[in-house]
Amino acid sequence: MSDFSKFTDSNNDEAALENTSLVDLRERYDLYIDGGWLAPEEGEYMDTINPATGKKLAEVAVASVGDVDLAVQAARSAYEGEWGYMSGLERGKLLFRLARLIQERSREFAVLETLDGGKPIRESRDIDLPLVASHFFYHAGWADKLEFAFPGRSVRSLGVCAQVIPWNFPLLMAAWKIAPALACGNTVVLKPAETTSLSVLRLMDLFEEAGFPPGVVNIVTGAEETGKSLLNHPDVDKVAFTGSTEVGKEIQRQLAGTHKRFTLELGGKAAQIVFEDAAIDQAVEGVINGIFFNQGHVCCAGSRLLVQEGVYQEVVDKLKERMNQLVIGDPLDKNTDIGAIHSSQQLARISELVACGEAEGCELWDSGQELPKEGSWYRPTLLLDCAQSHRVVQEEIFGPVLTVQSFRTPQEAIDKANNTPYGLSGGVWTDKGAKSFSITSEIRAGVLWANTFNKLDPCSPFGGYKESGIGREGGVHGLAPYVEIGF
Amino acid sequence: MEDRSVIKKTYKLFIGGKFPRSESGRTYRLVNGEGDVICNVSQASKKDVRNAVVEGRGAAKGWGDTSAFLRSQIIYRIAEMLESRFVQFVQELTSEGVSPEVAAREVSEAIDLVVHYAGWCDKYQALFSSVNPVSSPHYNMSTQEAMGVVAVVAPEESSLLGVLSAILPVIVGGNSCVLLASYMMPVSAITLAEVVATSDVPAGVVNILTGMRSELLPVMASHMDVNALLLCSGEIEERKLARELGAENLKRVILRDDAALHQSPYHILDFQEVKTTWHPIGQ
Repeated sequence: MSDFSKFTDSNNDEAALENTSLVDLRERYDLYIDGGWLAPEEGEYMDTINPATGKKLAEVAVASVGDVDLAVQAARSAYEGEWGYMSGLERGKLLFRLARLIQERSREFAVLETLDGGKPIRESRDIDLPLVASHFFYHAGWADKLEFAFPGRSVRSLGVCAQVIPWNFPLLMAAWKIAPALACGNTVVLKPAETTSLSVLRLMDLFEEAGFPPGVVNIVTGAEETGKSLLNHPDVDKVAFTGSTEVGKEIQRQLAGTHKRFTLELGGKAAQIVFEDAAIDQAVEGVINGIFFNQGHVCCAGSRLLVQEGVYQEVVDKLKERMNQLVIGDPLDKNTDIGAIHSSQQLARISELVACGEAEGCELWDSGQELPKEGSWYRPTLLLDCAQSHRVVQEEIFGPVLTVQSFRTPQEAIDKANNTPYGLSGGVWTDKGAKSFSITSEIRAGVLWANTFNKLDPCSPFGGYKESGIGREGGVHGLAPYVEIGF
Repeated sequence: MEDRSVIKKTYKLFIGGKFPRSESGRTYRLVNGEGDVICNVSQASKKDVRNAVVEGRGAAKGWGDTSAFLRSQIIYRIAEMLESRFVQFVQELTSEGVSPEVAAREVSEAIDLVVHYAGWCDKYQALFSSVNPVSSPHYNMSTQEAMGVVAVVAPEESSLLGVLSAILPVIVGGNSCVLLASYMMPVSAITLAEVVATSDVPAGVVNILTGMRSELLPVMASHMDVNALLLCSGEIEERKLARELGAENLKRVILRDDAALHQSPYHILDFQEVKTTWHPIGQ
């Protein structure tokens, strides 16, 4: 039995490192336009860094306005050409094949995702990649059935989609964007986040292998300027953006007066409401998963804990105990729970907001783990005694930081949960079925989890109320933004 | 019978179930083709818009929670009240310059449209909701919920039918609305307020303002407690303004032509959020 304890002691020192030999990194990545690799016209490249070591992994092209124009032209030609004429069934078959290829090469992509983004291999392997494959598989099946998704109406595709995605789930966000766009018959120009371009660039090899015509999906890498020139390109018909609320608002302003449709998937500040009648151990585990999954770099993270007074101390004590057991460290280690903070900029933002919380009167508690010396790291942190008006309660921290508040009545919990500008997700923990239905009905958010959290599925629509965004992704409701509904 | 003076109506706003004048005290003169004054119309101010939004917010939750069957009956009641005032609406449209034949057709169509939408209240969710077969042991469903308060700028070129085609999809879906009527053809909108007031529609669910679009559209588009805006306008500058100002609270801005909307359950969906809920299946 002594051997067994070694495996159950989460603080054991023995690393179980994932093999990185599957990943064949190039020194330099060009743009992927019209079915081929193209050097950026201005010859500019940027470094992409492993946040767990701070070391450079490769160079990635920076697309100029001219490069973006080429990509949009390629997407337009593909839309007006072979792709536009292809039947829904044939489009679907290519997407099915792609999903299968992703499954076959899944581990390689998981390692790449962890290297480039800093997330634990356990998550990229068991959550990101399976969801990426299933997202393509699910949408593949829609391609020849779209008329059933919109009762009484005919639908047609929109044209060229410009899509800009964030760094927290690089490949998964690419799948969320590309799969419905292609299933509905559109073509795509996608810009990954400047710090996490590698996995989606590698995905282009699979698109070629699957046999997609050139120009159906184009990747322009770069930073903010590249994104702006893509979204503002006049020949784009549809914009899809996932990122911060601030940028989302700016995009809505910029697109005003144009013909472009848009969907926005923005920030969140989800409340996890724990009632006295909840199964407390399960709730604690759900709260831990809700905020520390992917280092808290999750728009739907359960970043605000609301606990009913009678169990407040018990829940806080159990949270602390559990947080002390989390393994922080090398994201490639299969035992790691908390990987690297994605970038030094993000680390600075988290530190600044937490300092503000302390200044406003919150009590800070963090787990005591030793942090690695290189790279960007942050300990799982609680901010206790928060008030509703505190910045740390109102603003998205996007890190492993949980604010804690108490409540007495269900109505107080609902009022506090709804009292932020956001409305992306929420969680309710109770053993009373009727109560869980009533509370999930009262929370103004697009995704509600009862006695669970952070569950995602391609057939389950995702997206926010209020300032968390406009539109849904996934499920039958996620098709609407990619089609024109006729009369 | 001795000669008597006809009692002329004072045309006022409709806010929170009451008929106030504009708090600004302003009116504008509505003149027909021959240059005769038809009536003085209240010219709503920015403050009137804000007051109407407060009333709309107060009514939104209760209306959204009202059972679909009851909402359906209340909206059907609007049709009953409209029918009983058929002649009045024809006369008012005629006074605004519409020919009697066209006016009679418009009122008929408007009543039929109300009946059509009354029947949608308890059906659109069944058609557009889904139970999603997720891979984990969860009962996962996506349903529609009302957005809340919707500002509506009615078509300028269509009077009764335009107003109803714009507000019906909003209130059928459980939202409250703040409507700005056509500047040149406001009379039927004001009389519609009297119909709404006697149809068991709770106070504040429908608020009707008359006034200048150039003055009030920016207030509606930028108001932080308005969830969505329906703008019926072909003017590119107005459309641009609505999107730009609406961005500050990520208002859902729906743009339609300057004409009555075609009946469609998809118009109801324009003012619905989709909520997805995961419930575990287990012991």
